[in-house]
Amino acid sequence: MSRKGFLPLGQRMAEAGPPSWPHGLQWLEQVLEGLWAVCLVVLRRLGLVGRRLVVNLPFFWLALFFLVPFAIVLEISFAESDFGQPPYTPLFEWVEPSALAIRINLGNYTFLLQDSLYILAYLNSLKIAAISTVLCLLIGYPMAYAIARADPRWRPALLMLVILPFWTSFLIRVYAWIGILNSDGLLNNFLLWLGVIGEPLAIRHTEVAIYIGIVYSYLPFMVLPLYANLEKMDRSLLEAAADLGCRPIRAFLTVTLPLSLPGVLAGSLLVFIPAVGEFVIPELLGGSDNLMIGKVLWDEFFANRDWPVASAVAIALLLFLVIPIMLFQWAQGRQQERRT
Amino acid sequence: MHKRFALALAGGVAMVSVAMTSTMGAAVAQDRVNFYNWSDYIGESTIDDFTAATGVDVVYDVYDSNDILEAKLLAGSSGYDVVVPSAFPWFHRQVAAGIYQPLDLSLLPNFGNLDPALMEVVPKGPNGEDFAAMYAWGTTGFGYNPAMIAERMPDAPVDSFDMIFDPEVVANFADCGVSILGTAGEVLPIVLHYMGLDPNAENPEDLAAAEALLAEIRPHIRYFHDSQYINDLATGEICIGMGFSGDIYLAADRAAEAENGIEIRYVVPTEGTNLWFDLMAIPADAPNAEAAHTLINFLLEPEVMASMSNYVWYANPVPASLPMVDEEIAGDPQIFLGEEMIARLFVTTPRTAGYERLRTRAWTRIRTGR
Repeated sequence: MSRKGFLPLGQRMAEAGPPSWPHGLQWLEQVLEGLWAVCLVVLRRLGLVGRRLVVNLPFFWLALFFLVPFAIVLEISFAESDFGQPPYTPLFEWVEPSALAIRINLGNYTFLLQDSLYILAYLNSLKIAAISTVLCLLIGYPMAYAIARADPRWRPALLMLVILPFWTSFLIRVYAWIGILNSDGLLNNFLLWLGVIGEPLAIRHTEVAIYIGIVYSYLPFMVLPLYANLEKMDRSLLEAAADLGCRPIRAFLTVTLPLSLPGVLAGSLLVFIPAVGEFVIPELLGGSDNLMIGKVLWDEFFANRDWPVASAVAIALLLFLVIPIMLFQWAQGRQQERRT
Repeated sequence: MHKRFALALAGGVAMVSVAMTSTMGAAVAQDRVNFYNWSDYIGESTIDDFTAATGVDVVYDVYDSNDILEAKLLAGSSGYDVVVPSAFPWFHRQVAAGIYQPLDLSLLPNFGNLDPALMEVVPKGPNGEDFAAMYAWGTTGFGYNPAMIAERMPDAPVDSFDMIFDPEVVANFADCGVSILGTAGEVLPIVLHYMGLDPNAENPEDLAAAEALLAEIRPHIRYFHDSQYINDLATGEICIGMGFSGDIYLAADRAAEAENGIEIRYVVPTEGTNLWFDLMAIPADAPNAEAAHTLINFLLEPEVMASMSNYVWYANPVPASLPMVDEEIAGDPQIFLGEEMIARLFVTTPRTAGYERLRTRAWTRIRTGR
């Protein structure tokens, strides 16, 4: 295999020097500068300058990278599947020069309800995501707590250890777990050597392997928000509790834990939401019998070539996920109210 | 820039040949070609040889299922110049949908190297145009590990699909691992044929019977996958793997290379199985169609075809290459099939969308054991 294309990043950056436009594309730089100037004029006309511009930027971001793709998927979900390029019928068609025909097909959504496959897959995905989230919380909370209470000199190093795995590709880390969990893998060989087990454990191709993969991959997303929360906590509250005769465990349960709930919620959502739609980990580590919505989407898209139903599954998944986000917003809002 | 970006997105296991030194730029108008091929499906040095001979750089990327190739082509603007779909049912319906461009035979002097009998099966355009050149052909059978099988069932019917589809037989091998291909369209026609039913009929009752049979053997199957069995057979992780002929030979080859004492044998089952043909075609929106012709023409050279057969153990459609193919491959009746063997095989024809949905649904139930 040719590896010429894979120079180390540092070397490539050193060779490339300061970032510049590729040869022949300098005109693009000018075009972009021109566009930016036009944008600024338009924004000024709209009264969006300075602070208001900064405040509104996240909304532009959201519109560009969330609403536009969402609108495209929503459009396809109302189309009908058709073998061609693209493999679905157009929603809007000019039947005459002045008459626009809109065909909306709701059949894809009713289809999801008719077949128990989709509901079962949703429920199973929710179950796997929920259990993974609880496991991440049980492992991640003590980690975040220990880092937040560690000597400040050590904290950056400890945090670095949490972030370090991200420097390797996610896919390669999941592949590494294949080597660990195989019946002839590292874990089984180690346990056999210890004499704890007599026969290799069948872990790969089971649900246990999926949990291991998800908890391993998403643990940093739990630890980091929890750490951010615990680190900011006012420790004089704990001193006050101790002065009033409260034992450490009780102080943790009545002071630290309730105050860290926003961190718990943020971490849980960051784990739960991507875990519901997870495809790679169950595909590589799980058995063929795992039924998750990611695989169902894959089948609709690749085996049935039914983009409209695949889009309907995706939209339904999104609706499933918006509910927890709204609950989170609501919980946060209530907490803010209580404080003021 | 845009093209590069699309390629970067598409490239999963992209092997990029760099060396942008196209000194022959004046002679060749297009100096790169984007080749999307099956995994483990080309001679060891073919890409480098092609670049050395023509000055055209190859961006090489691989897939392991016809479904993935088809989804990318139907999405449009795939950026690929040469792809290798299987003739039936995939290429057949893709040509009808108009996603390929006709081959310019004046750019393919080596087109005449192809075996005319084999080329007869290749679907043509509405006016008889040639849309594809054959690349390789083979069968879907299974590979097994004779030592592990003999240990568990000394009188195992190793020449028959009973090894996988007979619940009483396969039960003996559940502990050493049995895998089945992961694509419904590859497996279910074979199961129907095994049961003595028409693999190309769209009969829901037949489908239900095939599902019932697979449900019965499901507890003994470790996994369903289209390429993982190559490594797992070679390392002894599984003892039976249903798969494509060359892939099983490749597993045997890898085990021999690793010197781990594992022997793997390939079987074209006596019941007969699916005969398939993989074709080289050029998508209608290929950005470098001219370079694509150059590449296809190069791949049709007898020496190049022989190096493919010698390296990945698949039969090739260029008879002039046979003297250069190793005797153990050219003489293997399970690779270059004889007449009476071919008589037992079948090809699959395209299914209607409604039947495919039924089939995928049945497949999900089988796979998940629900």
